[in-house]
Amino acid sequence: MTMASTLRPTGRDRTPDSHAFPTRPYDLVKEFTLALVAMLVLTIALAAVFSSPDEKPISLVGWAAAAPNDVVATATGELAGTTTSAGYGAPYNDAGPGQTLGPLALQRWAGVTIPVDPAQDLVLAPLRRSADPTTAAALDTWAAAPPEQRTAWSTAYSDALTAAPDGDPAGVAPGDYGPVPVIASSFLALARTGGLEGALDPSGTFYGGDATRGLLLLADGAYLEDQARARSLGGDQWGMMNETGNYPGQPWMWLYTFWYQVPPFATSENADAQVWGLMMLLTLGLVLVPFIPGVRSIPRWVPVHRLIWRDWYRRH
Amino acid sequence: MSSWTVGLRTRLARTVPPGELLPDRQPAYVSSWIYVFGVLSLASLVVVIGTGCVLAIGGVTWWHTSGLGHFVNSTHLWSVELFFATMVIHLWGKFFMAAWRGKRALTWMTGAVAFVGSIGTAFTGYLSQTNFDSQWIAGEAKDGLNSVGIGAFFNVLDPGQMLLWHVTLLPLVVGVIVVAHIVLVRRHGVVPPIDAVLDGPDDGATPTGPIPVAPAARDLTTTG
Repeated sequence: MTMASTLRPTGRDRTPDSHAFPTRPYDLVKEFTLALVAMLVLTIALAAVFSSPDEKPISLVGWAAAAPNDVVATATGELAGTTTSAGYGAPYNDAGPGQTLGPLALQRWAGVTIPVDPAQDLVLAPLRRSADPTTAAALDTWAAAPPEQRTAWSTAYSDALTAAPDGDPAGVAPGDYGPVPVIASSFLALARTGGLEGALDPSGTFYGGDATRGLLLLADGAYLEDQARARSLGGDQWGMMNETGNYPGQPWMWLYTFWYQVPPFATSENADAQVWGLMMLLTLGLVLVPFIPGVRSIPRWVPVHRLIWRDWYRRH
Repeated sequence: MSSWTVGLRTRLARTVPPGELLPDRQPAYVSSWIYVFGVLSLASLVVVIGTGCVLAIGGVTWWHTSGLGHFVNSTHLWSVELFFATMVIHLWGKFFMAAWRGKRALTWMTGAVAFVGSIGTAFTGYLSQTNFDSQWIAGEAKDGLNSVGIGAFFNVLDPGQMLLWHVTLLPLVVGVIVVAHIVLVRRHGVVPPIDAVLDGPDDGATPTGPIPVAPAARDLTTTG
């Protein structure tokens, strides 16, 4: 058998065996060691020069101090069922249908696996720990009222807060709000004392670690988003891939974030599901590039390989 | 009954034949800076894991209260940035080389899955920072994950769960895929230039011909 016949490829894939080509000396271990040293030195240099961002998390005490009116409005919204959490749906509750991807209701189908009743879990249960008799009486009044009455009180108070200058409870017009103003102000007082920290952990034990309820409550308010937008982290500011300060964040998520900036996703009620569906499709496409006609031929059409293997092509 | 040990040894030798795992020669056409980014990706991954291990020694909140901890966190962050930068260049380089040719589709696929898995691993790292960034990122990300049902078991608002995924499950998965990727690279060798056809010994390099490999290895490397 001649060398030519040995090396000529056969079949559909005409790529020769790489082991049949002429070779030259190569030190793999040396190359890796040098690469490791280079990356280590570069990493240390970048860390020393640029450091890393570490803004303190927003505490509930800090939220109450910086935006007390937002705390009151959020607590009232939880009672009225008008916050994002209150109407979210799976995996937290059944209050909303969740997003759909065409005919696929994946969110609803996955079920309620992290049950959260916003009014009860985020506002009323923490307040039950209060020894204040006025608060206890307000909670009893709330508990004894029929659901329609509760909704009427809390919705009326929520509307009144919205109408008040700066949402200040002190500027709310007189009305029939039932125990809601007392509950909301007690909630603010509890947050100010730090009593709300830890009270939202579902485990109810010394060891916490699950911030689900606290983050849902924070996200229901306006303060967290205001702080994020001030740092250019909003959803329409490519926020998912950015981080605080002048740091690169997660630039590898640019394509995922990109879809949120353009129609129809930017205005769709099912944007999250649609973007996820699209990204799953594109990811599958990336993995299956070798099998996709046309896409797998792009390297042949775009002569970048001529640059990469210029020495080889110059000789052949 | 045949020996399991001999069977495993034979299997390993056929998967990556002797001389292919740590070769001291390479095809003459491997002559471009683009090849450096594969090994740079691997080297930066080692730095990522190393700095992450040092962070783990100090604990979850160590880096918030210690200058040394903050510096180690910075090295972890920047090694991740370098890892992705080199990996993306490596990926694009392999795309334009059509590096899936010659029965290398699985090599490409494991590389792509490693890339996607690395994104997930880095993402859980951002969620585990216990600072303002992780608060905001978690709040934003939950809607995407919940919308397709993933949030039902992967709760980005639970930093405890995210940290465990970040330091155990995902690195394990990515690590296994990366090892598989490297094994496949060593098994099949570096893809030849597009349309390359050899009629005889090449010039411009030591005309030694094929790398000497065992007969069994030749079967594998030519049939994929």
